[in-house]
Amino acid sequence: MGLLSKKDAALITDPLADNNPITIQVLGICSALAITAELQASIVMSVSVLFVLGIGNVVISLLRNIIPSKIRIIVQLIVVAALVIIVDQVLKAFAYELSKTLSVFVGLIITNCIIMGRFEAFALGNGPWRSFLDGIGNALGYAVILIAVGFFRELLGSGTLLGFKVLGDPIEKTGLYALGYENNGFMLLSPMALIVVGIIIWVQRSRNKALIED
Amino acid sequence: MGLKQNLHNLKEKYKGTKMAPLFNGFHTFLYLPNETTHGGTHIKAADDLKRTMNIVIMALVPCLLFGMFNAGYQHYAAINGFTEGMSFFSGDFWNLDNLLVGAAKILPLVIVSYVVGLAIEFVFCIIKGHEIEEGYLVTGMLVPLIVPIDLPLWMLAVAVAFGVVIGKEVFGGTGMNILNPALTIRAFLFFAYPTWMSGDKVWVEGARELAGSADAISGETVLGSLAQNAAPNFSVSDMFFGFIPGSIGETSTLLILLGGLFLIFTKIGSWRIMLSAVIGALVMGFIFNQVVDLGWIGETSKFYGLMSLDFWKHLLVGGFAFGAVYMATDPVSASQTNKGKWIYGFLIGFISIMIRVFNPAYPEGVMLAILLMNVFAPTIDHYVVQGNVKRRLKRAKVKTA
Repeated sequence: MGLLSKKDAALITDPLADNNPITIQVLGICSALAITAELQASIVMSVSVLFVLGIGNVVISLLRNIIPSKIRIIVQLIVVAALVIIVDQVLKAFAYELSKTLSVFVGLIITNCIIMGRFEAFALGNGPWRSFLDGIGNALGYAVILIAVGFFRELLGSGTLLGFKVLGDPIEKTGLYALGYENNGFMLLSPMALIVVGIIIWVQRSRNKALIED
Repeated sequence: MGLKQNLHNLKEKYKGTKMAPLFNGFHTFLYLPNETTHGGTHIKAADDLKRTMNIVIMALVPCLLFGMFNAGYQHYAAINGFTEGMSFFSGDFWNLDNLLVGAAKILPLVIVSYVVGLAIEFVFCIIKGHEIEEGYLVTGMLVPLIVPIDLPLWMLAVAVAFGVVIGKEVFGGTGMNILNPALTIRAFLFFAYPTWMSGDKVWVEGARELAGSADAISGETVLGSLAQNAAPNFSVSDMFFGFIPGSIGETSTLLILLGGLFLIFTKIGSWRIMLSAVIGALVMGFIFNQVVDLGWIGETSKFYGLMSLDFWKHLLVGGFAFGAVYMATDPVSASQTNKGKWIYGFLIGFISIMIRVFNPAYPEGVMLAILLMNVFAPTIDHYVVQGNVKRRLKRAKVKTA
């Protein structure tokens, strides 16, 4: 990594694994449960959060010396809200069907704990470049889990990936369905997202004993 | 040298290695181990986990056998017509043809349930390095009894794997689980593959394959017809003896009653939970009967069929009796305190009938009621214990004053 110093690179790589915002800090769970029934929605959600968190962290970091600490939460909310509205409008303009699927959850990015958490914990105390990297890193960590959960839920729940019928056609009984395979309807329900996230946490912690606290 | 000595030698050979729990498990399951405590023990009890589990299995065997005969009877009756006014020992029911139809479907379910469940149990014991517990023995027998007869074997295998890992092993294995594993497995099946778990095509052997053909047969359960405001065509004695369609082992209230008495007699099952569950169900059923009598809902209401069912008939139909006797009394997931058991059982009965009536898409509520109360059981116990502590503290204060 010639571009980034070792310390800066850690800002991106840490949240991907050992300090993942979802599986280790257990933040941003609500959207991970709500919109991961389809892979496409997970990807769009991840990109939206990447945009909001990357830009938002930079903005807060630039403003950090002039925000009075008493009203910093309000200022942070305004920044997130402005960015979320941009995302929402773009989705409505260019991907209307998708914005229907995501419905209220795009607006709810405002309340995503990861975003406020990074503003408070990092952007208020660091320069714009490092804040940008931190925002990208955390958003990518969020994206990895969202996409993994979305992958399993769509594959096992609907037998498709991004809408393509990878396992065959359930009505015409081709592919796996000819053998008697059936889609698992439970995968499309939110509780299963919780269980999938739980299994990811379980695997991660049993691979890295340092993460187990007792 | 017999099998026992062989197992003992293997145990000695693999002592301290990863495979040790495997041989220990087989050895203690089949025989009395060579190493038992001698001399200065204070408590000697014969009812270890193995014996407890075996007694429950004994209580389940009549239900299993009846389920096999009933599967065949329902199959042929759906094609040839039902026998009117059958007595319990009727030759129309207890014959080889019926048994063969049932055994061919049910024995594979039992085998798959045990093989998958025990394999996972063994793998976890070897990884975690703890002794094998007999906890799956009862679960493995319960599971085939509470599923519809035509369930594909691979679905059962997936559900058992899910139920044992997520319902039990993640909490630390036998004795640590919050939820009843058998019901976790059934709940998984119900939400994952609803078309195989409900409707009028799954309860009778072969109904699904014949659907759409000229010989199509259907077998709606009693609760299923009531939920559609249709009168079920079974007599009360049929419901009590169990000559009705339903999950494999839960139709015969008579045999479940006998099994329940056996469990109470051997002090394995809690009579408090069974009795209070029955009381809870009767109370809720009675309330619904009163609502109908007062004319608050008319015959056009979609709840009318189930609400107007005589309150005591709720005990005979569906899986209520089976759930109250074999599932609610699971010593791990139920309340532990005596007062807690009364509350726990009562709410199971009460909520079962409520879900039955108010959820026509899902006419059997006992599974969800027991799972819900499993979650609340520790809370109930906590308040019972705290109430006791408070009362005794008060008494102590009065004395000192």
